[in-house]
Amino acid sequence: MTTVARDSRTVVDPAPPPAKPAAGPSRHRFRAVAGFAFGAALLFAVAPLVLSDFRLSLLAKYLCVAMVAIGIGLAWGRGGMLALGQGVFFGLGGYAMAMHLKLADAGPGNMPDFMLLYGQLDELPLWWRPFASPWFALPATVLLPMAVAFVLGSLVFRRRVRGAYFAILSQALAAAMVILLIGQQGTTGGTNGLTDIQGFFGYDLDDPVNQRMVYFIIAGTLLALLALARHLMQCRYGELLVAVRDGEERVRFLGYDPATVKLVAYVVAAGMAGLAGALFVPAVGIISPALIGIVPSIEFVIGVAVGGRATLLGPVLGAVAVAWARTALSERFPGGWTYLQGLLFVVVVAFLPGGLASLIGLARRGDGERWFGRLRRTRRTEGQAS
Amino acid sequence: MTLFRGRRILAGAMTLVAAAALAACGSKTTDEKVSAGVTADTSGDTVKVGLLNSLSGTMAISEVTVRDSIMLAIEEINTAGGVLGKKIQPVGEDGASDWPTFAEKAEKLIREDRVAAVFGCWTSASRKAVKPVFEKHKALLFYPVQYEGLEQSPYIFYTGATTNQQIVPGLDYLKAQGAKSLYLVGSDYVFPRTANKIIKAYAEANGMTVLGEEYAPLGSTEFGTITNKVKSSGADAVFNTLNGDSNVAFFKEYKSAGLTATSMPVVSVSIAEEEVKSIGTQYLEGQLTAWNYYQTTPGAANEKFVAAYKAKYGKDKPTSDPMEAAYVSVYLWKAMVEKAGTFEVEQVRKASDGITFEAPEGLVTVDGATQHIAKTARVGKVGPDGLITEVWNSGKPITPDPYLKSYPWAGGLS
Repeated sequence: MTTVARDSRTVVDPAPPPAKPAAGPSRHRFRAVAGFAFGAALLFAVAPLVLSDFRLSLLAKYLCVAMVAIGIGLAWGRGGMLALGQGVFFGLGGYAMAMHLKLADAGPGNMPDFMLLYGQLDELPLWWRPFASPWFALPATVLLPMAVAFVLGSLVFRRRVRGAYFAILSQALAAAMVILLIGQQGTTGGTNGLTDIQGFFGYDLDDPVNQRMVYFIIAGTLLALLALARHLMQCRYGELLVAVRDGEERVRFLGYDPATVKLVAYVVAAGMAGLAGALFVPAVGIISPALIGIVPSIEFVIGVAVGGRATLLGPVLGAVAVAWARTALSERFPGGWTYLQGLLFVVVVAFLPGGLASLIGLARRGDGERWFGRLRRTRRTEGQAS
Repeated sequence: MTLFRGRRILAGAMTLVAAAALAACGSKTTDEKVSAGVTADTSGDTVKVGLLNSLSGTMAISEVTVRDSIMLAIEEINTAGGVLGKKIQPVGEDGASDWPTFAEKAEKLIREDRVAAVFGCWTSASRKAVKPVFEKHKALLFYPVQYEGLEQSPYIFYTGATTNQQIVPGLDYLKAQGAKSLYLVGSDYVFPRTANKIIKAYAEANGMTVLGEEYAPLGSTEFGTITNKVKSSGADAVFNTLNGDSNVAFFKEYKSAGLTATSMPVVSVSIAEEEVKSIGTQYLEGQLTAWNYYQTTPGAANEKFVAAYKAKYGKDKPTSDPMEAAYVSVYLWKAMVEKAGTFEVEQVRKASDGITFEAPEGLVTVDGATQHIAKTARVGKVGPDGLITEVWNSGKPITPDPYLKSYPWAGGLS
């Protein structure tokens, strides 16, 4: 939390940081377009050529986590709302998609396999029925989480709940959702979740070609979400959001309503998490309470913290890096990888508080200045650098 | 803020890429499945097998013991010359008590390591998560834990008990002892909920009454309310499907409420020797468990197994039913491969029917139709030394019936 307080200088301090060259808007634009082109080339050309089918499907999974991270970067890094319950929105999107795909697998008029096994129901429950239509299910993957976030956010932000209280509240929501899902085994699949998803809008998910298609959709969505996040961060609203983070009362006295400003970021983050959950389902073929409870919700945030929460690319890089490290370490050291993972977090938090993204800033100004002085400055310039 | 031209170009390019990706789509769900699966790599003088257990997370305490006994079996087989002249090379992965991780690791073992078979999984949720992976790649999983039945995958061999080899005999035993009413306590997940459904159907058909049914979240330690309800119900016996740590809290509370094994016995189906040790013998003494194997099961095969296990992992380490089933599963796979003369999965499956093995629990036979194993059911009593002594057994191996088709009362279950 102390870093947030120190960051307040970003807004108050009107002078641009001395080490950074005065970059005109055209230069920013060029850099952004070049960056996106580079990212697209990496995701669309290099990764499919270099990685095996299995590794590519893992990358698809990491990119879904990265989508959640973009939203957290917006809500937490820019808006100061420590969203520790993003698993709820990820889960809502994931379950909405999985319910549709399960119904599509079962065929019209039939019930999903697990309902016959556990439910002893004679017919499909009412609340499952709309998900048979893709025209309902697809928008629902994004709109449902956004609606829940809207209701929750309106109640919470109006009452000026913030800081740790907000974090605890969002976490409790994740715990409650898991208990609800597990208790309703007959209609939600319980702890098993919804598994064994065969098709994706008529395409057989067992076919590697279709798996590749899912990867491309995910990569494209990630880039689109990055563009959206960049737009939100750079426009007037983005400045207002940072201002609310750093001095909510001051913004209120200027005549803005901080609750609305925060609500927008929170709802957008929820939508991104929902979309990520929806795309996770065809990529991995499973959605279960284990993916949306307290622990996965915290893991989403860890990725963002490791990457650098206030930057645009930091959360994405952090989320992918953490997920990749998890796979790589657990394959290499199945017995003790959790220790190594913990060590990694400690090292990043202790020596690189600005996250991995601050390494880019460090490399850019590679003079002989002291590490920590430089780190502090990197953090100050994060707002402009992204 | 307006969109830049550069971004518009980018958006156009992305649309094109997406369109190209969609145009290059593969087969539809309506097409005939042509996937040939992944063939195992058996070219060298070793054959790889995958070990998929949780080495971290809440399930690690149980699953590590299973990993240990699989390693023991592999070591023994390698010392005796391997399988089809090839030494077994184990590839271990950590499922981390997280079901999607199990699916990811299963995929890795099959596609990257190209193992000939995978041994592991404990919870039903992890099995449900990996089942589509094994079916997709036509690879073999040996699942060593008793479970709730109602499943039969062509690519899974179930070497633990299904319901008619553990829960139903346990109920038969209670009925024979004169129990007329039951109280059901379980953890809130798939196995207890499904098991309790079967128990209720059994009770209805056999003139027993179920006085109550309570679930606690996995890992919960709050059992005051549940114990009071159990006590005031005055049931003849309690059927316990709690898993893991919850058992510790439940039995402590049970004892402090003044309930004993003589006043209201508890039959547990997830408490084996390892768990007895961690719960504490003073809380469990005299209580009943239903399994297919105990460390005290008589026979030369078991004496050899217990001695070998203790020699490798320590004198104080008990052996338990899932460990034994895991140990047996490696030998059964070896026998199937040798009968088939090849590691090829479809041939191994075809060769499986009728394979027998003189296991620590007694003679077991593979039933090719269900890919389950005929096993002897046992009910045991926890003794003061923490070991479980058999008080009843089924006399002969029971043919597996995962869907309980031969039980008329179970008609509405699946």
